[in-house]
Amino acid sequence: MSGPVRPVVVRDTQFFFEGTRAHELRIQSCNACGVLRNPPGPACPRCGAFDRGHVVASGEGTVFSYLVHHAPQVPGKDLPLVIALLDLDEGVRMVAEMTGPVEIGDRVSVGWNDVDDDLTLPIWHKVVEPAETEETSR
Amino acid sequence: MIGTLSGAAAIAGIGATEFSKESGRSELQLSVEAVQHALADCGLTPADVDGLTTFTMDSSAEIAVARELDIPELRFFSRINFGGGAACATVQHAAMAVATGVADVVVAYRGFNERSGSRFGQVSTQAASQVNTNGIDNAFTYPLGLSTPAATVAMQARRYVHEYGATSADFGAVAVADRRHAATNPNAFFHGRPITIEDHQASRMIADPLHLLDCCQESDGAVALVITSVERARDLRQTPAIVAAAAQGSGRDQFVMTSYYRDDIGIPEMGVVGRELWRQSGLTPDDMPMAILYDHFTPYVLMQLEELGFCGRGEAKDFVRDGAIELGGRLPLNTHGGQLGEAYIHGMNGIAEAVRQIRGTSVNQVADPAHVLVTAGTGVPTSGLILAR
Repeated sequence: MSGPVRPVVVRDTQFFFEGTRAHELRIQSCNACGVLRNPPGPACPRCGAFDRGHVVASGEGTVFSYLVHHAPQVPGKDLPLVIALLDLDEGVRMVAEMTGPVEIGDRVSVGWNDVDDDLTLPIWHKVVEPAETEETSR
Repeated sequence: MIGTLSGAAAIAGIGATEFSKESGRSELQLSVEAVQHALADCGLTPADVDGLTTFTMDSSAEIAVARELDIPELRFFSRINFGGGAACATVQHAAMAVATGVADVVVAYRGFNERSGSRFGQVSTQAASQVNTNGIDNAFTYPLGLSTPAATVAMQARRYVHEYGATSADFGAVAVADRRHAATNPNAFFHGRPITIEDHQASRMIADPLHLLDCCQESDGAVALVITSVERARDLRQTPAIVAAAAQGSGRDQFVMTSYYRDDIGIPEMGVVGRELWRQSGLTPDDMPMAILYDHFTPYVLMQLEELGFCGRGEAKDFVRDGAIELGGRLPLNTHGGQLGEAYIHGMNGIAEAVRQIRGTSVNQVADPAHVLVTAGTGVPTSGLILAR
């Protein structure tokens, strides 16, 4: 096995991993009070309801913190590996594998790591602001 | 009428194996050896024991330990979850059992081959595949590569540095203090091997911003503690270390090592423990001449000083400067060398050192400490003790 550690997927978290397979970043929402929540769970911590759905996130966020993993080896990953904690634009936090270096406050955007037919994981990259690009299309 | 825990029970005996990188014997044997040493230390026998506590993570069941020692009957046994966060809670549960008369003599134990066997510093695929809520939580970290304790701490450390202006060298002050204390402790793995802050800064990166010397060792060994009533302890061989306070704590939206979804990604669970310790004991941080603060990773020691009220939020970087946490300083920490210097026995060796300080038998003795604060694992639901003469 050379791939990444496989997630345990259960009834309460299935929608998230079904979403990644469809290249959708899904955030659990409460159908009773509307609050968004990540990571997901069966009850709404705000209103207690079990009636839940999800929204599809824009896939944009801001780096709240990060680390650079140098050792030991991690299954299915090349080192050094940048892992960040993001504030998504929808207002929830998410742990994120990054494609390269970031700093706190950087804007990031989601992409997809299709591991195999059964598993796709989000992988995020830094958004280069238009002013920093050599060519701007508009 | 509700009784109080403070002053009801005491740690009467302590025992340990040697601390090594390869014990050469089973985890069960290590724990049984440590229990034998702890009972001999205070002059009790297995026939006196009627309770056992340990960590949920421990591989040796209470009944297995009882069989090896021929403990006749157990009236109380409990296990505490969340890795090293269990350490002080093993004593708390034992003290509660003793205080309520549920048991007379309880032994808390922890033994493992954590270097020669299953290494905690490596990626544990088993932690990610367990079919329970911990494994479900890990589905949102491990597959993405966030899968070692050091990396999970590094995420918090980076934010702490960003918010409060602490530096890697401030974290290094903890490593230097621990290794100085270990250097004069013959039982420490790093006996005779102090480090400088330059050594710390030059050590290789593990999970930036954490260097190798910010991380505790992986160790083989076992520690056991005998808890009984203060009254009975006074009749035994050693000076009792009285449990003046014992607390567990978990914060809102708590995870194991990844409580990242709070506004502030610090360790408020230790604040829960601290407030309860001060409430039970009637003491304050100013009453503590020293402390044993859980040190699997150095940044957490700074965060603990703040959560426990020794200094304000963000001020620990100033608190630890100029040898303040070394012998002779304002608040000597981890006089046995801590888990960076002595051994990583999931915090249980730190409790044993607090007992030696109360007895006056530490190799790095602080002058006449009336009280010693001890904490358990950080980043997880945790626990703490205040021991007293």
